[in-house]
Amino acid sequence: MRKFALIAVPYAWLLALFLIPFLIVFKVSLSDTALAIPPYTPTLKDGFGALIDGLDLENFWFLTTDDLYYKAYLSSLQIALLSTFLTLLVGYPMAYGMARAPEEWRATLMMLVILPFWTSFLIRVYAWVGILSNEGLLNQLLLWVGVINEPLTILNTNTAVYIGIVYTYLPFMILPIYAALDRMDDSLIEAAEDLGCSRLTAFWLVTVPLSKNGIVAGCFLVFIPALGEFVIPSLLGGSGTLMIGKVLFEEFFNNRDWPVASAVAVILLLILIVPIVLFQRNQQKQAEAEQ
Amino acid sequence: MFKPLFTGTAVLALMAGTAMAQEVRVYNWSDYIDEDLLAKFEEETGIELIYDVFDSNEVLETKMLAGGSGYDVVVPSGTFLQRQITAGAFQKLDPSKLPNLDNMWDVVEQRTEQYDPDNAYSINYMWGTTGIGANVAKVKEALGEDAPLDSLELVMNPDNMSKLADCGVHFLDAPAEMLPMALKYIGEDPDSHDPEVLAKAEEAMMQIRPYIQKFHSSEYINALANGDICVAVGWSGDILQARDRAAEADNGVEIVYNAPKEGAQMWFDQMAIPVDAPNVDAAHTFLNFIMDAENMAAASNYVYYANGNKASQEYLVEDVIDDPAIYPSEETLNNLFTTTPYPQKVQRVVTRAWTKVKSGT
Repeated sequence: MRKFALIAVPYAWLLALFLIPFLIVFKVSLSDTALAIPPYTPTLKDGFGALIDGLDLENFWFLTTDDLYYKAYLSSLQIALLSTFLTLLVGYPMAYGMARAPEEWRATLMMLVILPFWTSFLIRVYAWVGILSNEGLLNQLLLWVGVINEPLTILNTNTAVYIGIVYTYLPFMILPIYAALDRMDDSLIEAAEDLGCSRLTAFWLVTVPLSKNGIVAGCFLVFIPALGEFVIPSLLGGSGTLMIGKVLFEEFFNNRDWPVASAVAVILLLILIVPIVLFQRNQQKQAEAEQ
Repeated sequence: MFKPLFTGTAVLALMAGTAMAQEVRVYNWSDYIDEDLLAKFEEETGIELIYDVFDSNEVLETKMLAGGSGYDVVVPSGTFLQRQITAGAFQKLDPSKLPNLDNMWDVVEQRTEQYDPDNAYSINYMWGTTGIGANVAKVKEALGEDAPLDSLELVMNPDNMSKLADCGVHFLDAPAEMLPMALKYIGEDPDSHDPEVLAKAEEAMMQIRPYIQKFHSSEYINALANGDICVAVGWSGDILQARDRAAEADNGVEIVYNAPKEGAQMWFDQMAIPVDAPNVDAAHTFLNFIMDAENMAAASNYVYYANGNKASQEYLVEDVIDDPAIYPSEETLNNLFTTTPYPQKVQRVVTRAWTKVKSGT
């Protein structure tokens, strides 16, 4: 009985916060748009029979008729993958440095990584607008140092989107890698070096494999939200930045087409299910290995 | 399963409504009122005013169509109002609670009737035109002394635009206003709902797209005033605000606004009461307060938009009432056009065309 209660809590959580909302969105994706409140038909008010009759897969079919959608999915995938890689590139050395730092500093360093969360995400992204714009801090600095003669156009380009995503999700990469590195036994490195490894080889052969779980967890934690990102591309990206989050917004707000917007969201979720399942497996394996 | 939940909420809302009968929630465009008026309303009526702002018709419309927004007064533009009335989002006004209706201006009322027959659901708050704001010195530097500041040639002719690209051009991110402008330029009916005709507007926009720095509906006010850009296609009052900010900053930037001589779009922002508004009486009190001649004049004097209130005109400052960019002459007025809402299928064509114009794909 106690065991049942223990399992029931997470499942109730999943049911209330994932499955039910998903079913609502899925139902809307099978409806037709209407000029009414809410702007689709049929609704629950029409009765169950009419509800079942009125649902079809037309909206999913529609997504295949315009190459906008698959282009947006592909371009989102590309942006999410590349920015996950960049986040790893920046985050790993930081996590490594933290794990190698003297014991008494680590709490402070950890604090510094978490500190940005004390400010609203939106405000921090807006701050980048001020840094990256043509008259922004970065260009002023570069002009003053004399590296460039004309301001660089960074804001409103994909470069700015990458900077925004890497900056925003960096803590999600650092923390799991740090956790993995922190647990590592230093004597393993010593053993490797005693057996003739150079420091670099020891890093590749011992440290990296032992932090693999942290790397995988960090990459998923960055990739999954980056794929559906809306705020960063709309504030920092230009009109040429095509991401599925923006397409979804336009379907919902500009076209008032909730059913097609829901269909776009359902597909996005299907794309994400693969990495989410892989992530779950990885977490499980890790948990088992620790027991 | 859902019903008891809804009833429960309704009862709660009802109880909340009786407990705090003296409040009104208003949802208006940002930078669109003299804040002193809000304090004055609370002082005169004793009703607590909760005032929120939005910056796009689309956001407001989504809230209205989702239902249960909790607002008592909202301010959609004409075409959006018409669609939302059809969707059943608003309730009819009660004229007996609006004695100041007598102040309204028939010239504007005749035009808003095409969106709201008999003006049964809404009153006009402000109206204006969509036109061209230009930094006079920079445009003349790029195009010469006889630059067509008051013509669509300035912003729709690729030759002119290629020369202006370096000093910066912004367009509104509002397809329902930019495509009609493109249609006007190529001599088609700006209110066309024919996908083939709209394709021509898309084509005309694609020609000038490479020279447009940004599509955005509010950044151009500061960008124009600071001299960061030299041309913006935008809303009359916003560009006039940019003109005044530049003049106040005394930074040598001179901005002019022109409604294009080929014809400019005229739009109306209408105040209406949502069908599920919790405080209907207080909403009427607010509308009546806004329609007071002196109050409406104070609002216009502050935001540089014309209003639909005849009686307010004697209280308007000269800067506003005598400025043809705000209150156009009879002749210009006849040259302005209005548009009607796109049906759902056409809306999709319009949004798709606009995505193509903005992103190139």
